[in-house]
Amino acid sequence: MSATFYDEVQTLRKRYPDPLSAVLPALQLAQERNGGWLSEATLREAADALDLTPAYCLSIASFYDMFHTEPVGTHLVEVCTNVSCALSGAQDVVDAFERSLGIEVGGTTEDGSVTLRTVECLGGCGWATVVAVDNRHRLHVRAGDVAGIVAELGE
Amino acid sequence: MSTTTPEIVFAGTEGGALTELADYEAVGGLSALRRALGMTPDEIIAELNASNLRGRGGAFFPTGRKWSFVPKPDQVPKPHYLVVNADESEPGTFKDREIMLRVPLRFLEGCLIAARAIESTHVFVYIRGEYEREYEILVAALEQLRKGKHLGGTTIVVHRGAGAYICGEETALLESLEGKRGQPRTKPPFPAIAGLYASPTAVNNVESITTVPPIIEMGGAEYAKVGPESSTGTRVFSLSGNVVRPGNYELPHGYPLRDLIYEVGGGIADGRSLKAVIPGGSSTAILTAAEIDGLTLDYDSLAQAGTAIGSAAVVAIDDRCCIVQLGVRISQFYEHESCGKCTPCRVGTRWTTQILKKLEAGEGSQADLDLLLDVGEKVNGTCLCPLGDTAMIAIASYVAKFREEFLAHIEEGGCPFHGTSSLEGIVAPTDVHEAHHGPAAIHRPLEVVA
Repeated sequence: MSATFYDEVQTLRKRYPDPLSAVLPALQLAQERNGGWLSEATLREAADALDLTPAYCLSIASFYDMFHTEPVGTHLVEVCTNVSCALSGAQDVVDAFERSLGIEVGGTTEDGSVTLRTVECLGGCGWATVVAVDNRHRLHVRAGDVAGIVAELGE
Repeated sequence: MSTTTPEIVFAGTEGGALTELADYEAVGGLSALRRALGMTPDEIIAELNASNLRGRGGAFFPTGRKWSFVPKPDQVPKPHYLVVNADESEPGTFKDREIMLRVPLRFLEGCLIAARAIESTHVFVYIRGEYEREYEILVAALEQLRKGKHLGGTTIVVHRGAGAYICGEETALLESLEGKRGQPRTKPPFPAIAGLYASPTAVNNVESITTVPPIIEMGGAEYAKVGPESSTGTRVFSLSGNVVRPGNYELPHGYPLRDLIYEVGGGIADGRSLKAVIPGGSSTAILTAAEIDGLTLDYDSLAQAGTAIGSAAVVAIDDRCCIVQLGVRISQFYEHESCGKCTPCRVGTRWTTQILKKLEAGEGSQADLDLLLDVGEKVNGTCLCPLGDTAMIAIASYVAKFREEFLAHIEEGGCPFHGTSSLEGIVAPTDVHEAHHGPAAIHRPLEVVA
């Protein structure tokens, strides 16, 4: 990251009556620029731009599920396994991803291309099973669709 | 979607989306805003009071009354804020998302009218981080309003959350919006007096706000004619689970629960039979299939049945589901989402997960079942926000309504649905967060002693 990031964070801080409110958008930007996760260096840089301590930024990053403080794959696949999706077969979808990617939930493929997670309710209960691929929601996913999604990620 | 019901929230969409300003204006969009600009704040509030619109986020608090609690600028000479809660995360609920996707301009029009009612020129929409597409659609809609100079002097900032169910609780949301960990505050002071940046703040749900323009347009009294007296208007019901046609359906309050599942939703999928219904999101008490007859989807009917309309999220559960497994999964959710501020909730949700897992594995005893309910009673009413309470209410209802199933696990020394339950093998989120993989001394599982 660079002066650009610093300047962009200053713009974000000006959107709010209190610049502290820019913590989430600034960390979101920092994570996006750092390949999907917040390294120590990234947190330091974000903290600098926000005029906060790195420890404060980490306390925020560790509270919210969408921030990652460990490396993640180039692509992030997140399967909702809350009740409505589970009633509709989310478990089969998770199994299919595990088989297709050759990893377990929580893991990343050896080549670092895909991280597989299960997540709490994504707010698509009537369109189960919901799978977020890089934060874009695929709806009505069935185990049979998984191979196609994985193939897409390899392209 | 039921064809006989007049739509209010989704009016004019004809099943599609109204994301272009010209299309929205062609169906009467922004006329409510123009009317509101000719009204005083008190007149707008009076119209809301006449409508008896009650909060659609789950608390069912009268919207007009909430606004009337916000002091006038001359009483408290600080900026006033309107904060819209678009952090929809209650399992089973996906209605605000569809509202933002299909009628983003009506929602933003509602924001502008609501801001005027509380004499605010600063609006923050706190949208859950997972709703990326909805965020983009809102920002695009906002840009059209800005270009068309419809915002007046009001600024609307769409602020993305970052994944935390607790931020749907209004004071946790305010903390999060202020750039802190999303943990609930003590009340009082209530947000109306000291909310965002310690200033007067109204916090409203997306659906409530989107209902404001139609109310101003048709008049509060007219709106109040829809639905039963204590639960006026329409509601966007989120129907999910084992039904043929899950989805969001805008229907009048007072609609029969059975009809929502069997008529609108097409009945239970795969030729199965209904076992249980969660009527208002995961935080509400469960109903058995036999109990739904005669119940209507409104505040009074569901309260009398010992549950709640909550966020109007109806989850139909078929006969393949093991209710103890359901309990484990729901408990895991609340354990994961507990913010950790209040000990009874932080520890209690963990205990209930462990006890339920033990029961599900057939290793539990009657004493474990008693302990499960005892933990629930001890969490109830001892925390700053309702997260722990509602988790315990839900779990206690599973035991109350399906006690035989819990006892069967104990007596048979295993799950009677082993190999057939629809929830078998379900995995709760595996977090890669440091917070969840910390020192063993802190994170060592508690020994549950019966």
